[in-house]
Amino acid sequence: METEEKNEEATLLKVEDLKMHFPVRGGVFLKQVAAVKAVDGVSLSIKKGETLGLVGESGCGKSTLGKALVRLLKPTAGRIDFMGQDITTMSQRRLRPLRQDFQMVFQDPAESLDSRMSVGEIISEPMVIQKMGNRAQRRARVAELLDRVGMPRTAAEKFSFEFSGGQRQRIGIARALAVNPDLLILDEPVSALDVSVQAQVLNLLLELQRDLGLSYLFIAHDLGVVKHMSDRVAVMYLGKLVEVAGAEEIYKDPRHAYTKALLSAIPVPDPTVERERVIVEGDVPSPIDPPAGSAFGHRMSHAKYEESVGMDLGLREIAPGHEVAWDPCCLSEEDFESLR
Amino acid sequence: MSEPLLELKNLVTSFRTDSGWVRAVDGVSFEIEHGKTVGLVGESGCGKTVTAMSIVDLLPKPSGNVLEGEILFKGHDLRKAKHKRMREVRGGEIGVIFQEPMAALNPVHRIGKQLVEAIRLHKKVSARRALEEAVEWLEKVGIPAPEKRVSEYPHQLSGGMRQRVMIAIALCCHPDLIIADEPTTALDVTVQAQILELLGAMRHETGTAVLMITHDLGVIAEQCDEVVVMYAGRIVERAPVKELFANPQHAYTKGLLGSIPRLDSERKSELQTIEGQVASIQEFTSGCRFCQRMERKGKWEHERPPYIELRPGHWVEACELCMEEEHGD
Ligand SMILES: Nc1ncnc2c1ncn2[C@@H]1O[C@H](COP(=O)(O)OP(=O)(O)O)[C@@H](O)[C@H]1O
Ligand SMILES: Nc1ncnc2c1ncn2[C@@H]1O[C@H](COP(=O)(O)OP(=O)(O)O)[C@@H](O)[C@H]1O
Ligand SMILES: [Mg+2]
Ligand SMILES: [Mg+2]
Repeated sequence: METEEKNEEATLLKVEDLKMHFPVRGGVFLKQVAAVKAVDGVSLSIKKGETLGLVGESGCGKSTLGKALVRLLKPTAGRIDFMGQDITTMSQRRLRPLRQDFQMVFQDPAESLDSRMSVGEIISEPMVIQKMGNRAQRRARVAELLDRVGMPRTAAEKFSFEFSGGQRQRIGIARALAVNPDLLILDEPVSALDVSVQAQVLNLLLELQRDLGLSYLFIAHDLGVVKHMSDRVAVMYLGKLVEVAGAEEIYKDPRHAYTKALLSAIPVPDPTVERERVIVEGDVPSPIDPPAGSAFGHRMSHAKYEESVGMDLGLREIAPGHEVAWDPCCLSEEDFESLR
Repeated sequence: MSEPLLELKNLVTSFRTDSGWVRAVDGVSFEIEHGKTVGLVGESGCGKTVTAMSIVDLLPKPSGNVLEGEILFKGHDLRKAKHKRMREVRGGEIGVIFQEPMAALNPVHRIGKQLVEAIRLHKKVSARRALEEAVEWLEKVGIPAPEKRVSEYPHQLSGGMRQRVMIAIALCCHPDLIIADEPTTALDVTVQAQILELLGAMRHETGTAVLMITHDLGVIAEQCDEVVVMYAGRIVERAPVKELFANPQHAYTKGLLGSIPRLDSERKSELQTIEGQVASIQEFTSGCRFCQRMERKGKWEHERPPYIELRPGHWVEACELCMEEEHGD
């Protein structure tokens, strides 16, 4: 009983069967002719102080999922519980006080920071929106945040374009931290940076998590980076999660064919390693009109594709804390049968 | 030893900018042997692309100029080559693959036409025969339904497909050297894996040498025989790939290798970083540029450090401060 209560408390974010479809309009009357099923039934949870890594190829729906979680988008279906409150369809007005608790950091700092605002204004904007403190208090907080992310206090008076990519990403992080959030959605925060700068930003994020007990959803396509940063990793393919497991486990013992292909595709920075590579033919498919059955089975023209049509390919637990899509095309026969 | 396929000797390339001339490439020398793959790494802005563009005479004119040095290709200096000869070399003997295929493909011409042109530029065949060859090439680079694709326009293809078309164009004249400038940076890992596999197979088949420009040390480790590390317009270290990863000598190389999270490193541990920032190109010192970043003064504060060959093929810019063993933890 008591432990159950604790668990409840520890879960910060819980998402069930979340869908985010965008209408595709056409014809003279711009009627909806199709839908982009960017996120198509995702369930996940993030505990307090935890980092959930989210990987997958471009267009698979990672950013859309991130934006829907912090309600920058209104989900088509499903449920999002944040600290026990259902925020799925909450109005923006009622959401506002909650927004303090979750913030998003974007990939391209140049695009996400307003070039007409000073760095100080950029960082204090979320506080203004939240009506936190007076001018002097906010200014003091900006100075404190700049210290925190390793930037000189004089930066507050400058414009973001006067800084390098790595520094701009620090500014983006300072802004996200301004309102003391519990959860940060980090959408490819280091993808645009050179490796040595990337390491500085990753170290900063790790330090902030240790000091402030933050939870992260860490979205990236560099699997080495994701493993380094995450406690658990979720693999996404065409709007759906296909595997979720502990960070060590998923790299050591991937069960889903797509996870295996993805892992074997990363070039390893060690010239003494010789590896067998699984080459996936074809391209990432389009989320408009996705295949009815196993999406990855379809890409591989798998013999069991027909069998997968009409099946519920949702996640099932194959080992403690290790979930995988129950998909005849993408699991070994043994794994598939063991989950029946 | 036979003469190398390509030999850069003290290449200097400058740009005229609003604030005067800047030396983007400042005395770069290395060789590429027949059939070998040489990786060129370094942070953005260090001069990788400018080095490549200098070789094939594709610098933006009139602002960009090769000021000094020799570019010996099969023993002849390309700097002295006539325009006509240069056109033969480019696309015929040296194929170029860029990061962004749309920049290299002509948007108003069908894929087939562009391939046919490339094929006929360097080989006397009929238009019909060239079109047949174009289809064969599309098939070789893994494009499904090549007979159909050959009559499509670049914008009708996905990024990965366009990259493959560009590779087909670069390969179709059986070049002796391919210059690939971040050929997979814009692609997803599974598509990157396909492209690298393809390049590898072609290399194996035709014995083409490759200059592989990338910032991905994984790609370097997997694809290259030799590595050239650039920092701020100069080479700081050069070695056979295994030697470089096992035994890096320059502080910059060590920093670069230490800052990437590895699949076997401890999760959530602090990554090594490189202090400071690259100086802006206008402020580059004539002395050791990594010391400039570290804000330290040593013997090579004002004068360029010499290169020494530590082991066969392993060269390092010999600044004592940059080659010191780090002590402490
Ligand atoms: N506002 C939108 N309207 C229509 N389609 C969208 C919109 N946002 C994203 N998409 C589509 O949804 C899919 C997922 O996109 P995204 O979430 O950005 O993927 P990722 O971040 O994994 O690269 C893509 O096909 C994209 O084109
Ligand atoms: N057209 C240009 N005009 C002026 N400077 C340039 C131009 N192209 C490149 N540079 C400068 O040359 C340096 C090296 O650039 P580049 O070779 O593109 O770097 P990278 O290693 O990222 O490929 C950079 O400092 C850049 O500012
Ligand atoms: Mg995205
Ligand atoms: Mg470049």
